[in-house]
Amino acid sequence: MTRVLLTGNGAAAWGARLADVDYVPAFPITPQTEIVETLARWTECGDLDARLVMLESEHSMITAAAAAAATGVRVFTATSSQGLLYGMEMVYTVTGWRAPFVLVNVSRALASPITLEPDHTDVLAARDSGFLQIHCASCQEVLDSVLIAYRLAEHEDVRLPVLVNEDGFYLSFTREPVELPEPEGVRRFLPPFASGGIEFRASKPISQAVAVLGGTPYSYFRYETHLAAESALAVYEGVADAFARAFGRCWPAVERYRSDDADLVFVMLGAFATKAKDAVDRLREAGWKIGLVRPRLLRPYPEDALRQALLGKRAAIVIDQNLSMGKGGVVHTELASALYGHAGAPMLVPFIAGLGGRDITPEEFYEMAKVAREAVVAGVAPRPRLLYTERELREVRKLQAIAAAERGGGSST
Amino acid sequence: MKESVIKSMKDLPSTHLLGAGTAMCAGCGGLEVLHEIYDVLGAKTVFVNAAGCMTLLSTYPFTPFRGSWLYTSMASAAAGAQGVRDALDLLRRKGRMSVDEDLTAVVLAGDGSSYGMGLAATSAAIERGLDFVYICYDNEGYGNTGQQASGATPHAAHTATTVGPLGHRGWKKDLFAIWVAHRPAYAATVIGAEPVDLAQKIARAMSLSGPRLILALAPCPTGWDYDPQETVEIGRLAVRTGVFPLKEYVDGKVVHTKVPHPRMPVEAYLERQGRFAHLFTPSRNGAAITEIQSAVDAYWREVNNGSERAEIGRTP
Repeated sequence: MTRVLLTGNGAAAWGARLADVDYVPAFPITPQTEIVETLARWTECGDLDARLVMLESEHSMITAAAAAAATGVRVFTATSSQGLLYGMEMVYTVTGWRAPFVLVNVSRALASPITLEPDHTDVLAARDSGFLQIHCASCQEVLDSVLIAYRLAEHEDVRLPVLVNEDGFYLSFTREPVELPEPEGVRRFLPPFASGGIEFRASKPISQAVAVLGGTPYSYFRYETHLAAESALAVYEGVADAFARAFGRCWPAVERYRSDDADLVFVMLGAFATKAKDAVDRLREAGWKIGLVRPRLLRPYPEDALRQALLGKRAAIVIDQNLSMGKGGVVHTELASALYGHAGAPMLVPFIAGLGGRDITPEEFYEMAKVAREAVVAGVAPRPRLLYTERELREVRKLQAIAAAERGGGSST
Repeated sequence: MKESVIKSMKDLPSTHLLGAGTAMCAGCGGLEVLHEIYDVLGAKTVFVNAAGCMTLLSTYPFTPFRGSWLYTSMASAAAGAQGVRDALDLLRRKGRMSVDEDLTAVVLAGDGSSYGMGLAATSAAIERGLDFVYICYDNEGYGNTGQQASGATPHAAHTATTVGPLGHRGWKKDLFAIWVAHRPAYAATVIGAEPVDLAQKIARAMSLSGPRLILALAPCPTGWDYDPQETVEIGRLAVRTGVFPLKEYVDGKVVHTKVPHPRMPVEAYLERQGRFAHLFTPSRNGAAITEIQSAVDAYWREVNNGSERAEIGRTP
């Protein structure tokens, strides 16, 4: 076991390298580019016996990825944000091919306005596609999750592509100590790619992804994909157990941090959850019975594990780093659907925060906890709150004043 | 199939590989040309399809192909071919698949995809030197949705979106020249009405490797508005009037494989199709017909002047 300093992007590339991938269709986009460049260097120098091909777009990249997987090789690819959305037609299309591969998405907020920093609106746009989703909070988790993702994707009961998500900048460009598993151990954990009969060969002609006429065959194939995604829940438990036995690290579908005896819990995805952990520690020191529940697996949705973690709590403070315009946060609404009608369901106290890389400060975590405690006492669940400080609003007003001044008086030609 | 074998109709393959009973329209020029191409390509192929009329060939649980098929999307069939080709190469190189299991990757796309949405993916595949055959069945409009104007629609044609007295204002995009500008391994125009010329070109394409274009004019009874039984005749007229030049690009040169002589006036082609009827009734639009004739004349003048540049002429 080697311990090295790696960025989240470096960890993603190492995951692909240790999985001994055959094929890497690629297209660069900030903040994912380091993954592509690292894999390109390794394939050029012979450190990785794979072919990396630059496509002209993510739409083509995802098509090539799935077409190669459907021909019988192990495929890795990566994108982010606008790239994921540019390829979205194929994200939804290729899941029906039942050709497994792994895509790392480096979360970045969506235009407009165009920006580079992270939130989760990009990855949640792929939520209903049939891609399974694993959300990471550390660089080690990125590497480990890529390996877990391959074994999950290629399982005969699943046969679906898996998206592994890491937050742009906060994980993609942050160096952390990462343990590199020994290649021999990875080979034992992850056997060579098996096509499961989905492959193109001269002696075995096959028609894939054909048209259907009418809702009856259409519904059949869509239900099949849904049932495969659902069965991935049990398969995931087995894969995570096997991973823990092989490498000593536990990656449950839902992480629980100091939550077992807690009255209040934060619920959130991704790297910012480490900020919540810090807030939990400080609030605990101040006498609060508070914890964190972090879904790692978002598709399939680990409803039972979430209920086990949350039923009996007084309130769940749901922090969504995404925004469904006209509704609110996706994690909040999904959690509500999982808890509705169950005895002991906690009050949900929803917040929108951390959009476009906006920080969530310790004081804001304390404030959210306070709001939740007051809501419990009042017995009224608040509407989703959009986190924003008066100081931020002053800053934007200042920018607006500058813009107005430049437009009004700046040009005399 | 050796190219030298094909000299006349009796040299064409006697076994027909593409099954019958598909959902294509009666008299479909695209299906006609696909039959002829597939007989020479053979079943050791995987057809990577872009959204269009031909997508309905393989409808669960039936397919007319003896080989393989993968439907992708309207814009990314060439990228699908890239993934399949790369995977087959990797499997062979790593000893996970024997050479006799190998396949030729064939894109099957209409003009809607080829001239428009799919062009970026195709251009990139050619530039990477992808070893594939690209078949465009060109019926000069978005045929599967009812013949709206596409980048392949000829000047003055009526389509569902160009219904005024002047028809389509634009001029057909020169996809052959766009391909040739990429310096591919091979590019050819073909038509089902000239099966010997077609078979020779497919055989030549199969003897080469790299990016290879087969651009097939596909007379379309429903979209062009003529009786289905006239598909072959209209195809012949497209060649004999010089409207659709049969040519190929190989070894850096464009060669015309069937120079019409004497060349018939374009009217002979136009007047047989309802989509050009407004040029003849209720009164003859001499100016528009002359304009089309002039474009065809200019094209062939350059050819006869010995220009072998691909950029010659604007396609009528």
